[in-house]
Amino acid sequence: MALIKDGAFVDDAWTTVGDDDPVPGDQPAIVGFERWQRDRDQLLARGAPLGVRLSSDQPPALIADDLGHFDVVALEFPRFGDGRAYSYARLLRQRHGYTGEVRAVGDVLRDQFLFMHRCGFDAFEVTDQTEIGHWQQALSEISVVYQPAADDRPPAPTQRAAT
Amino acid sequence: MYRYDEFDQTLVDERVVQFRDQVQRRLSGELTEPQFKPLRLMNGLYMQLHAYMLRVAIPYGMMSSEQLRMLAHIARRYDRGYGHFTTRQNIQYNWPKLPEVPDLLADLAKVQMNAIQTSGNSFRNTTADQYGGVAADEIEDPRIWSEIIRQWSTLHPEFSFLPRKFKIAVTGSPNDRAAVRFHDIGIVIVEGDGGEIGFEVLVGGGLGRSPFVAKTIRDFLPKQHLLSYLEAILRVYNQLGRRDNLFKARIKILVHETGTEEFARLVEDEWAQIKDAGVDLSVEEVGRIKAYFAPPVYEALDADVAEFRAQRDADPDFDLWAGTNLAPHRQPGYAIVNLSLKPEGGPPGDATADQMDRVADLADTFSLGEIRVTHEQNLVFAHVRQADLHELWTELTAIAMTTPNMGLITDTICCPGLDYCNLANARSIPVAQRISRRFADLKLQHNIGELRIKMSGCINACGHHHAGHIGILGVDRKGEEYYQITLGGSGAEDASIGKVIGPAFSEDAVVDAVATVVNVYVAKRKDGERFLDTCRRIGPEPFKEKLYGAH
Repeated sequence: MALIKDGAFVDDAWTTVGDDDPVPGDQPAIVGFERWQRDRDQLLARGAPLGVRLSSDQPPALIADDLGHFDVVALEFPRFGDGRAYSYARLLRQRHGYTGEVRAVGDVLRDQFLFMHRCGFDAFEVTDQTEIGHWQQALSEISVVYQPAADDRPPAPTQRAAT
Repeated sequence: MYRYDEFDQTLVDERVVQFRDQVQRRLSGELTEPQFKPLRLMNGLYMQLHAYMLRVAIPYGMMSSEQLRMLAHIARRYDRGYGHFTTRQNIQYNWPKLPEVPDLLADLAKVQMNAIQTSGNSFRNTTADQYGGVAADEIEDPRIWSEIIRQWSTLHPEFSFLPRKFKIAVTGSPNDRAAVRFHDIGIVIVEGDGGEIGFEVLVGGGLGRSPFVAKTIRDFLPKQHLLSYLEAILRVYNQLGRRDNLFKARIKILVHETGTEEFARLVEDEWAQIKDAGVDLSVEEVGRIKAYFAPPVYEALDADVAEFRAQRDADPDFDLWAGTNLAPHRQPGYAIVNLSLKPEGGPPGDATADQMDRVADLADTFSLGEIRVTHEQNLVFAHVRQADLHELWTELTAIAMTTPNMGLITDTICCPGLDYCNLANARSIPVAQRISRRFADLKLQHNIGELRIKMSGCINACGHHHAGHIGILGVDRKGEEYYQITLGGSGAEDASIGKVIGPAFSEDAVVDAVATVVNVYVAKRKDGERFLDTCRRIGPEPFKEKLYGAH
């Protein structure tokens, strides 16, 4: 897997930890929601950044009060057609005011980048076959949007009012 | 009608380029068919029994003559010279070749048309009353709000991967000609206390294998909040709609399983948080869109057109047509004209390229260059002077579009069925054609009166059989095509789901069975009763007795 962030491939400093695997004490780690519930105190006692991963049936309201503890919230796409995480990302950004990294994980395809970016995702775990040119193309090939979302693209109605 | 500005045009042009790239990746082998499938389905391209099928959006059924000429061109250039108008007021082409589809889309874009989201698990074409802006019984023009929904729902980043497809319909009249109660969301423009105009919002209607009539979740929504309210409904559905079972994924199942009251509460809670968050359009933007639908400049005419009356008196064929195929216009001296796409023995909803060209010319001459598609698969001229009707009728008769059968037994809604569709269990077009021949006698049809037959070739119900006064459903029985009959459905404001009358009929017997049902009605009806009224009054027994009694 590779990670796209801020329009470029970056080294992923984060380790995703299984529910029963040991959590490294000194490295950034992403744990599942169940692990977070179970081992909350131990996880917070570590001296390293923490992230949480939500499956597609775990809405962000579950962690709304804990968001201050997380530098990364990873939202799963179990298959590209399961679009729940689009709503979750917007809720994280626009309802819960989360400003850390929102990472798309799972079945993340180039043809979804634009929608994901518009909903507030800013990091994307992709397959090694993905090229950075795909990312640039996906974000630029449709330049008009009609509705406000979690990004700063001005919707057409706003642009019309300005002309 | 609405015209694209630079933003609308840019989006559609860019979408063509994007899809051309996706097709190129498929043709080069970079994408496998399974990888390409979700991409083509976001652009209306299906793999059917024999070939690709492309569905082109006609937003709320509105077309200019220029657009219809382009549809004719596409039928000739990329298809086999015809197209099929659908119950979503769209048009389908059954024989495009994949390498040519990008060029086809580029041609469409030249006349402000596209195939965006005509398939896939997202918003489909928003449909509306075909008489928008001209109906005598209208409270407000539904097309304004349909266009606002069209734009908001196009490439919506949050709702492009819903649990299932999503269909919205809008009516501005109490008489529902858009079947809004069988939509995922139905919007009815209503007048509130104090005369304010707003929306009644219904959710969870649908056909398919589990038919439901939509339920009202809000009696009155102030107009300016339409989009934020829709966004709230969709956000609830996107998160809670079932994704474990394709057949339980529509919002109707969520509403049914959650309960209407609880579902309404979830929507209201969500809406309370976003109603002032900038989703709704400004008054100025609504006004900009509304201006496109301003009434045209009509001539000041008398309501009573002596010439028209005299022509009706003199020509019985014209008189018969005028009795069924016209609808009251809000402007004195004008009429709404329905063009029948259900000629005797023809496939319902089909039109040839030559017919389309001619209709476009006639629209220019007689109806301000504008054509509408109805969900019942006919066409409409919305602005015809009554004094011109006889001349128009003569011209339309020459292209076989004046069958005087609107709302009658041969005005069948029909899906493509097993002749084209790979979901179908049975053919539907040939049965519709045989019904059309069986009841071709106009005197007979008119004597029977309003009777809406709707036919689907499989349980997915694209032909709306549940909502037919008589519904016909094709089923497969050990490799043979059988047809189940339902009675008492309605897609109008008195929406109801038809009930199965008994065991299915063979292909040979189904048309006789329909005739038997009709005979029972004719024998039992009281003065002025429509088929549906009689059916509701007497119940299924008298029909069952005649259909199955001898066995």
